[in-house]
Amino acid sequence: MTAQTLTRRSTASRSKSTSAGPPRRVTPGGLLLTLLTWVIVLAFFFPVFWMALTGFKQESDAATDPPHFFFKPTLDQYNSAISDAGSFVWHSVLITFVSTVLVIVLALPAAYALSIAPVVKWRDSLFFFISTKMLPVAGAIIPIYIIARNLHLLDKPPVLIILYTSLNLPIAVWMLRSFLLEVPVEIIEASRVDGASFLRQLRSVVMPVISPGIAATALICLIFSWNEFFLAVNLTTVNAATVPIYLVSFQTGEGQFWAHLCAGATLACLPVLLAGWIAQDKLVRGLSMGAVK
Amino acid sequence: MATITAPSGAPGPPAPASAAHLTAAEVARNKKRNRIRRLPLLPALIFTVVVTQVPFLLTIWYSLQSWNLLHPTTKHFAGLDNYKTIFTDPLFRTALLNTLILTLAPVLLSMLFGLCIALLLDRKVLGRGFLRTLVVSPFLVMPAAAALVWKFTLLDTQFGIVNWVLSPFGVHHVDWINSYPKATIITVLTWQWTPFMVLILLAGLQSQPGDVLEAARVDGANSWQIFRFMTLPHLRQYMELGIVLGSIYLVQAFDAIFMITSGGPGQKTTNIPYYLYEVAFRSFDIGRASAMGVVVVVLTILIATFALRTISGLFSDEGMEGRL
Amino acid sequence: MSGRSASRSRSRYLIGASVAAAAVVLSACGGSSGGGQSTSANQTITVAVVNNPQMSDIQKLTADGFEKSHPNIHVKYVTLDENTLRDQVTKDVAAGGGQFDVVMIGPYEVPTWAQNKWIVDLSSDASKDTAYDVNDLIKPIRDSLSVKGKLYAVPFYGESSFLMYRKDLLQAKGITMPAKPTWDQVAQIAGQLNDPATGMAGICLRGKTGWGENLAPLDTVVNTFGGQWYDMDWNAHLTDPAFKDAVNFYVNLVKTDGEKGAGNFSFNECANAMQQNKAAMWYDATVGASVIDAPGSPIAGKLGYAPAPVKDTANAGWLWSWALSIEGASKHQAAAWTYMSWATSKQYIDYAGSKLGWAAVPPGSRYSTYSNPNYQKAAASFAKPTLDEINSVNVKQPGTKPQPYVGVQYVGIPEFEDLGTRVSQEITSAIAGQQSVDSALNKAQGYAETVGKTYQ
Repeated sequence: MTAQTLTRRSTASRSKSTSAGPPRRVTPGGLLLTLLTWVIVLAFFFPVFWMALTGFKQESDAATDPPHFFFKPTLDQYNSAISDAGSFVWHSVLITFVSTVLVIVLALPAAYALSIAPVVKWRDSLFFFISTKMLPVAGAIIPIYIIARNLHLLDKPPVLIILYTSLNLPIAVWMLRSFLLEVPVEIIEASRVDGASFLRQLRSVVMPVISPGIAATALICLIFSWNEFFLAVNLTTVNAATVPIYLVSFQTGEGQFWAHLCAGATLACLPVLLAGWIAQDKLVRGLSMGAVK
Repeated sequence: MATITAPSGAPGPPAPASAAHLTAAEVARNKKRNRIRRLPLLPALIFTVVVTQVPFLLTIWYSLQSWNLLHPTTKHFAGLDNYKTIFTDPLFRTALLNTLILTLAPVLLSMLFGLCIALLLDRKVLGRGFLRTLVVSPFLVMPAAAALVWKFTLLDTQFGIVNWVLSPFGVHHVDWINSYPKATIITVLTWQWTPFMVLILLAGLQSQPGDVLEAARVDGANSWQIFRFMTLPHLRQYMELGIVLGSIYLVQAFDAIFMITSGGPGQKTTNIPYYLYEVAFRSFDIGRASAMGVVVVVLTILIATFALRTISGLFSDEGMEGRL
Repeated sequence: MSGRSASRSRSRYLIGASVAAAAVVLSACGGSSGGGQSTSANQTITVAVVNNPQMSDIQKLTADGFEKSHPNIHVKYVTLDENTLRDQVTKDVAAGGGQFDVVMIGPYEVPTWAQNKWIVDLSSDASKDTAYDVNDLIKPIRDSLSVKGKLYAVPFYGESSFLMYRKDLLQAKGITMPAKPTWDQVAQIAGQLNDPATGMAGICLRGKTGWGENLAPLDTVVNTFGGQWYDMDWNAHLTDPAFKDAVNFYVNLVKTDGEKGAGNFSFNECANAMQQNKAAMWYDATVGASVIDAPGSPIAGKLGYAPAPVKDTANAGWLWSWALSIEGASKHQAAAWTYMSWATSKQYIDYAGSKLGWAAVPPGSRYSTYSNPNYQKAAASFAKPTLDEINSVNVKQPGTKPQPYVGVQYVGIPEFEDLGTRVSQEITSAIAGQQSVDSALNKAQGYAETVGKTYQ
């Protein structure tokens, strides 16, 4: 049994039990807990809210003591951030998208060979993949830099595409494998017996079960590639510089720059924030991969 | 090679059922079947080996050179000199210790906060979906952006909102970043990784069989007992997963340190990735940086083997025997 | 699962997958059209610059002022803060990355980089171009960017350091600034001006980590207090009484009468503090005057200037220039020079003056700027102090004792990039109250000894 089947079953059983039980009354303790939940969650969200809000300020409203909560909003900062960040966003989109496609293309067959039709050493192989994720990237940054230089790939998108693919591959293999394990063996057996061809098997049996899994895995890869900083800062400057590099120039600013910084930071986060908000259930399913047998 | 094979403690694949009884034809067929089965694995495997192992082999080679990019003419073979330098370098030990602190503290704190928030959100709370949407946000925010927003708008000495919020409590214009550098980094990292733990633990909580909990309640167990003896053991695997995944990412924390403290003041927040960055790209001592990389990888392998032993239980292998 | 059909389709699947992967990578390569060849008519040059006000001005003016008249040259700027700029640019030249065509460096980098042929000799280009008028470049600055008489970088602006103070605030308290103040006098005035109630710091001094950040002003204090990094035999002297006194003086001055959160403060932050009425005096680069005393600044016209404060020496100012140079690995050297000769020309200074106001033009690079009536009028209060300060610097021996290296606010050796940053980290730590000055300097002495040994 896997996490997902368990989740499905338990939510079913739970809703059954709650509907069968007596209707819950609102107790003062319960109300207090609800209030506490709201306060804690809002506190956690506050920095994100403050970032987006400050982006709507004029510089003179951004750095003040006490802080200004009410002010005349302006789109100036967002507009100028959009015009500054254009090429960075394009590089990020390209690199993130291509590397995510590559990850899925490489990881899906590999996960298949570790679950549905497993190789004998499936466990060793899986360990190998995950162990590469544990190696510190910083430990190999020098040879990576020198190899990239010799291949004339410095500051070009392919270098980040290749590296982000290798960074995300282990997690993707792990995740996709846990999704593939859900494919019911009996159906595969049945299709073997009636001689269905392999491709048809894949299309009709495997794909429907794991396409949510692919979506979840792709989302996680997108998040990590979009946000990656260390490799980007060391291997790119202009022609492949991604959004995090755009933010480096704000590390110290001249004059007042908080509003501009916040507008830029908000825009930098927006694609991933939206994707994550919309596909929350995918995020949850992806992250809790194979945790339960 | 920087590979980690399955820890011996983990149950290996079961031996093929009494190989001796197989006929030669069957053995040949098995071999062929295995070859075919290996094919889909190969692209990913070859890609990973090339991209992760080749640079590491080069790192080992570089680590034996005396090679400083600022003195391009003096490159020569140095044997183990670089390693001697590292093991006598107090800053390297400081960086190791900092890495330990700056990994463990955020992982454990975000697990603790994550557990509390997940438990609160597992109740029937008004606007639960909305709250969950809000609470995942810090995990989605770009770490570089988060670092800058914390550094300036939240923690600034003059205009930071944290100082303003705390001013009724007698806090006046505290320079958080330089006075409490480690706590600053830990706070930012904990803030970013708590949602990750919340999501994992929430999935765990929601997979608890509701009828069993109900039965326990009927049997007179109080909430604390149910939490302590049923929920917590059930969550254990989810917590392990969160801790292992969180550690994998947090041990490499660089963005926040680079942006907020630049490793300082002094070496207060210099962790291994940042120290490596400094040696490689500020002193340009390629030999020493490479040797450090090798030492770090070896240490990581030791720790990772231990970690993998923990998560080996997370690889579901139910039914795998039948598929081999 | 058996049979040939399965295996064939599987390998076909595999081939399909790898073809797809290759296609994506190729399309990705195609996507990065940047770069271009040196022979093509249209060239893009990449210019790495530090993020300060004068540089953001030129970025605004490049499209109309340069690209319009040079339609085949496109300029791409990479703007970074000082520390990151140094890391990135040094990495690029040292490892032969060739990602930048024009890089912004200073007198510290020029000797080593020229020796390693990382940057190009500009002498013939500069002297051939009569309109460029290389002799108009201020001599101490030009010398600091030359090696053996050959010019390797052209100054965008030049600077020394001096004391900027609010005349109105001093007057209100009945304080007069001496014509040539000593550090003790400055500390006393800072104490009188410091007003925690209004959040007004007596003086703003750099505390941020970086050898070009807090070590720059601190080293000028060390020099005039009679301290030094190395003696003629490369023995480190960071724990000598004079060095210790200087650092104690600086750290105590920041702690008692300096700005709050000094560990994060450098040039830009202090400029902000001055403009926001959060600091009454500021000891920093002379170029600071072009920021806080320019029209549009809330404190313009309220400022007075005094030479860099001294103790045991006659002068104490530093010498620096942010200058443009061409990377040896650049494939667009001709276009790069075309751009640089515009950015550092009289013509650019005129253009910037007419567009953005004369007080804010890049100072300290050309004599002609100082004889220009427009500039003399707009920069009346700080033009002469700046030029005097630049002319007074002795880069060979800024302190009381001879030193085996060139440099006022830095030690002119390649290792200083790392050594200086480490020592500077310890200083920030002391300013933030994380450790004592003694403990900071003991560690710093250790780092300095290790480096010194390689020169003995």
